[in-house]
Formats: sequence, structure tokens, C-alpha cells
Amino acid sequence: MNKLQVFRNGLIKENPIFVQLVGMCSALAITTAAVNGIGMGIAVIAVLTGSNIVISLLRKVIPDEVRIPVFVIIIATFVTIIDLLMHAYTFALYQALGVFIPLIVVNCIILARAEAFAFKNGVVDSILDGLGMGIGYTFAITVLSAIREIIGNGTIFGFQVLPEAYEPMMIIIQPPGAFIALGLLIGLVNYLTSRKKA
Amino acid sequence: MNLFSLFITSFIVNNIIFSQFLGICPFLGVSKKIETAAGMGIAVIFVIVLSSIITYIVQAAILVPLGLEYLQTIVFILIIAALVQFVEMFLKKSSPGLYKALGIYLPLITTNCAVLGAVLINIQNEYNFIEALVNSIATPAGFLLAIVLFAGVREKVDTADVPVALKGSPIALIAAGLMSIAFLGFSGLQI
Repeated sequence: MNKLQVFRNGLIKENPIFVQLVGMCSALAITTAAVNGIGMGIAVIAVLTGSNIVISLLRKVIPDEVRIPVFVIIIATFVTIIDLLMHAYTFALYQALGVFIPLIVVNCIILARAEAFAFKNGVVDSILDGLGMGIGYTFAITVLSAIREIIGNGTIFGFQVLPEAYEPMMIIIQPPGAFIALGLLIGLVNYLTSRKKA
Repeated sequence: MNLFSLFITSFIVNNIIFSQFLGICPFLGVSKKIETAAGMGIAVIFVIVLSSIITYIVQAAILVPLGLEYLQTIVFILIIAALVQFVEMFLKKSSPGLYKALGIYLPLITTNCAVLGAVLINIQNEYNFIEALVNSIATPAGFLLAIVLFAGVREKVDTADVPVALKGSPIALIAAGLMSIAFLGFSGLQI
């Protein structure tokens, strides 16, 4: 597999949210406004790339039997770093994302990439894989949160886009809207990919 | 807040699945049959109650006195992972029947964000020990309720005529959304 393919894999073909359906909790919970989607995405990119680098560097040192606990410690370390950084520099975002920042530890995407990719491949490939998967995740949750923000609030990134007369559909911002919007979005992706193949 | 209203709030009003979005992965992954869903739900109750007792003690006795609160995430995830491993070994020895019933779900629970989420919420809301205990029984009970109800719905959906593009996970998500609307009805509840 060449370098470009490794990177592009996570963007579309194996998109974590649309195709692999991992990391759903944060994707549903924090996507009420587009800015949250971007913020969460950047945090995940940082943790995923960082943990992929370290795990790939240590892959010959870590014994096979205890690899999962080691992965978890490495991931938790990066999550703690991000948590402290966001607390210090982006406090409003930190409050909006709340408990979902420490919960990046149990976001299945990160452990899955560590196990399936970084533990078996070199550093450069692992960085590309982390970036690709992270950007794919960010793309998916930003699209979802932009849709929810436009329909549910009439704004995007806080700017009014729909006319004042538009009555916002509150349900889309509330929890049920997350499930329904993501379900329809995945349905749309399925429809487009099946049409492309045919 | 009295304990009863705390229980109902964590159990139904702030249901862990439908309003807090924790534990969605097992909720979607292990809800194809009612029996397996119930098994998963019971395993989660077991692990959350135990881990919140232990993390509460660790937080109060070690982390706070030493000023190490920032290590919470690392310490708690290690406790949960070790606990799940321990529970698995213990059940294997002492009650093979229960182990067989829960067996395959136990390792999955380590990466169930409901566990870490419930534990962190206990600490963030500054519950005392009794409140934390009530919360950590009510929260996974809500998980059990949600996953069993949802498994019942999915068994029906499986036989329905669904558009091709929506088959599988999309229709499951939409069904969950409709159930979540029903749970939204409880949100004005004041006890």
C-alpha cells in the first residue's frame, strides 16, 4: 500500500463514522453546533496521531501479551495532555465538550487503529493513518453538526444563514435529532456509494 | 436532592443512552436479540457499581490528598480495565453458569464509555458516597432498560421492508431516535 492510499483510506473508504461505525458516543453527543464538531475533531486527530506515533515506535519493545493495557496507558496520557491544554487555552469549548474529552480514552477509533495499524506498521505510515482517520472522523462529525446547527438553530458557526422567519426545528438539536440525523446521513452515504458502484 | 429523585433522574430522565449518549457502541452492537441485550445490561450494572465504589475510594483517599486529580483519567481507566479482568477471572472460578452467560460481553465493557462516563459524572457532580452509589445503580439500570427495549424494537425491524440504503445501522439509529423522543417526554418530570 502506498503512502497516499494509507492517508486516503480513512477519509472515505473506511471512514470511522460512516463506514466503520466506531466512536459513535461523541459523534452523537457533541454535534449540536459546528464549532464543537471541529474542536472535538482536532482533539481526536491530536490524540490519534500522537498515540499512533508512540505505539509504532515502541511496537518492537511492547510484549504481545500486555499490549492492550500498554495501549490504554499511552492513549490515556495523550488524552490527559489534550484535556489540560484545552482547559487552559479554549475554556468555552472545554465546557461545551465536558465529559467527552476524558472519554476520548474509550473512543474505539483510537484503540482500533493502535491494534490494527500502528502496532504493525512503521512510523511514517502510522502518522499518515492517524491523520487520515482523524480527518475522516472530523469531516463526518463536522458535517453532522453543521446539518444539526442549520436545521435546529438556523445558524452555522454562529452566523445566521437561514432567514429570520425560519422557525428552528428544536428536535434536531435535542438528543433524538442526533440519532435520526446520523441515521439518515449514513443512509445517504450508503445510497451514494452503492450508486457509484453500479 | 433526595435519593429517590436522584435515582429516577439517572434512571429515566437523564437516561444514559437516550439523553447522555454514553455506551452507544454496545447499545448498537449487542442489541440484535433480547437475551444477549439483557446479558450485556446485567454485566454493565455489575461493573459500574463495583468500579464506582473503588474509584470513589481511590479519589477520596489517594488522588485528592496528594493533589493528583489531573491523573484521574489514567487512573480510572486502569482501575476499570483491571476490575473487568478480575471480575472475569472471579466469575470463571466461582460461577461458571453466570460466566458463560456474560462471558463474551465482559471484555467489551472496558471500552464501554458508559463505565468511565458514570464514574466521572459521580466525581464531577461531587456526590457523596451514598449518592454516588445510588447514581451508579440507577445509571446502568437505565442502560439495561434502554438496550432491552431497543432489542425488542430491532427484532421487529429486522423483518420489516426497509429501503436498501437504510438497511442495518441507519434504520437502527432512526429507531433509536424515535425511542429517544419517547424518553424526551420525561424531561419535564419534577419529583
